[in-house]
Amino acid sequence: MTVQTAESAPSAAHAGTGTAAAGSVMAHALKDAFVTGLIALGLFGPLIGFQTIIIDGALGLGYRPGLLAIIVGIIFAGRLLLNLTVWSPNRQVKARSGPTVFDRAGVVIGPVVKPALFGFAVLFPAIAIYGMGGLTESRYLIDLGILILTYVMLGWGLNIVVGLAGLLDLGYVAFYAVGAYTYALLATSAPVNDFFAGLLGETFWANWAFWICLPIAGLFSGLWGMILGFPVLRLRGDYLAIVTLAFGEIIRLVLINWVDFTGGGAGVASIPRATFFGIPFSAGEDGFAALFGLEFNPMHRIIFLYFVILALALITAFATVRLRKLPVGRAWEALREDEIACRSLGINTTNTKLTAFATGAMFGGFAGCFFAVRAGFVSPESFTFDVSAMILAIVVLGGMGSQIGVAVAAAVMMGGMEMLRNLGFLKQVFGNDFDPSLYRMLIFGFAMVAIMVWKPRGLVSTRDPTIFLKERKAVSGSLVKEGHG
Amino acid sequence: MATSPEKWDVDPILSVEHLFMRFGGLIAVNDLSFKVGRGDITALIGPNGAGKTTVFNCITGFYKPSEGRLVLAHGRAPTDDEVVEVTRIGERSLAVEGAGVFLLERLPDYRVSGEAKVARTFQNIRLFTGMTVLENLMVAQHNALMAASGFSIKGLLGLPGWTSAQRAATEKAKYWLDKVNLTDRADDPAGDLPYGAQRRLEIARAMCSEPILLCLDEPAAGLNPRESLELNALLRSIRAEHGTSILLIEHDMSVVMEISDHVVVLDYGTKIADGTPAAVKNDPRVIAAYLGVDEEAVEKVEAEIHQIETQAGASS
Repeated sequence: MTVQTAESAPSAAHAGTGTAAAGSVMAHALKDAFVTGLIALGLFGPLIGFQTIIIDGALGLGYRPGLLAIIVGIIFAGRLLLNLTVWSPNRQVKARSGPTVFDRAGVVIGPVVKPALFGFAVLFPAIAIYGMGGLTESRYLIDLGILILTYVMLGWGLNIVVGLAGLLDLGYVAFYAVGAYTYALLATSAPVNDFFAGLLGETFWANWAFWICLPIAGLFSGLWGMILGFPVLRLRGDYLAIVTLAFGEIIRLVLINWVDFTGGGAGVASIPRATFFGIPFSAGEDGFAALFGLEFNPMHRIIFLYFVILALALITAFATVRLRKLPVGRAWEALREDEIACRSLGINTTNTKLTAFATGAMFGGFAGCFFAVRAGFVSPESFTFDVSAMILAIVVLGGMGSQIGVAVAAAVMMGGMEMLRNLGFLKQVFGNDFDPSLYRMLIFGFAMVAIMVWKPRGLVSTRDPTIFLKERKAVSGSLVKEGHG
Repeated sequence: MATSPEKWDVDPILSVEHLFMRFGGLIAVNDLSFKVGRGDITALIGPNGAGKTTVFNCITGFYKPSEGRLVLAHGRAPTDDEVVEVTRIGERSLAVEGAGVFLLERLPDYRVSGEAKVARTFQNIRLFTGMTVLENLMVAQHNALMAASGFSIKGLLGLPGWTSAQRAATEKAKYWLDKVNLTDRADDPAGDLPYGAQRRLEIARAMCSEPILLCLDEPAAGLNPRESLELNALLRSIRAEHGTSILLIEHDMSVVMEISDHVVVLDYGTKIADGTPAAVKNDPRVIAAYLGVDEEAVEKVEAEIHQIETQAGASS
């Protein structure tokens, strides 16, 4: 044998240990995958291996060993693959130095995102009409746009309570309901109609009800926000969440059971439609189309509604951004960070919490009023806990306290849910019996889990400071507290 | 021992009178009376668990005392008649000409800070960690800014009254940032600061609320000797330049003996000594409470204490 040079000796030794390590890694990976496969077999054996079938009119047991084998096989192979690649001990973990790709991308596209999204939102009806090839054909897309913007606005409203003030509110739908019913009941009320008919003409109330009721609905909801706020001031965390949840349910149950006032489960129908500041969207001579020299089309009203909710949402965003930079907004965030420190600085935490509840509720009320005028019909079924949960999910997913994150989250959640209805191509994969819309909640759940694993603090996890001396630096999400009640 | 009355007895900013604090069967503070002189740096010391922080929490309104009266005087020391008057009429405070009397035990915590102008810091630092250093100081000026923003209405509209108030508040924050050497880090999150800087920031934040009495709960805890010296200088300058009286809890004797004018020693919720640093340092009861005593020394110390007590009894 030749004499080994000083350089080659260690490298050869290294290679030797390398192969030995590779062997043990493979053995370990196989063993782990095998154990996982066994667990999967135990779990899925009863769940998937057996099937109840009807044999001659009696209930019998069928067996699906093939399907079970496929599923266990997938799990075994997947685990083995992960063990050998991502979870392999030999894998070189890239040292994270400096900002990640996403952070750098965020810095580059960050300033462009807001104007781009705003421009898209304004031009959306035009894009929809052009893309779908006609006014009537664009109805589906514009309706979807209205739905998304409603949830954007609700998300921004709840963001004040949950994201800024750190108060977990599971009953936000209550304020949405209060706003919707305020408009529905006032607009359909005969005495109010008669009063204005005598004073300002027969059609005045039908034409102006929405514009007069919009601020009233907001004020009413804000008032209810305070009414809810008072008893829950002492509560924190889980207890606050439970009481707000109960409040949302109470409002719904009152709406169902107070039949004389609210119409009960049947709801309130034939609510006056929105008008173009007093000009109805009707086919008649004094209608919107005739006055502006257009051909009558019911889509005019829908497009107008789109711009109304866009304006309402932008007002919400503008007010929130402005409030954050005022003492009250800073007090909300300080409350989320440390309530005791707030009190030691002379901040009346009672008032601060109440203003947060009331402001958030007010925007919920505006959105509710819009909901009533868009649908023309309200019933308690529209105000279930699902809506609260959806809005809260939007806020959490978007990144608590972030405006743009909440908007994107609302678009992704509502748009995504809609998209999952239209997954026709999956039928080609799974056969014609497969109905993708049945699986949309499952897919949606997976997506939520994935995003929370990947970005536990939401899409936008940094906090934008409200004031700066020299340089605006985003505050890392790990330092920002979530609030505990 | 008839000496001239001490400064803190003549012009107290805060009189703690017969303070009791009971938690169930536990008596944390037992008949504590002491006075904090106007413009003094007063130290409240004692072994762990002596009830110092409980006294602080009573003064700053976080606890309601079981018994006792806490008289805070704005402007000048109130006469006995004035104190009796405000106690009798059941009000929280009384404004007399050129002065004000606040009964702190009757005020909720946020009013102790907002109206009676008693600011505090905490033993475990309580900064708004997710907010920047500057924002922390702006939150401290909440009440003044809230009024200036017309309770958010003027602020929402961006009226000039609000913007100038905001600018003035930023100037004040800058002043305090300079004082505590944090101007360079003004735009960093407070949670990113090193420990010593967080302590200084908490003091600056408390000072931004313009207190007349500043209560510091262990301001030197966790500081290195150099930082302790800087703290001494900062506290001295706060007193000299702003006339703020300071009440502090401290274990670091280099801070206590160096800067305080008046030391009150607590043990098991009772006051065991009260006087100038030099007098307290040599008090055998203080030494016994702090260092403990050897088996052999117990008798000696007890004899000494007995002797002092008989002397005190004879002189009174």
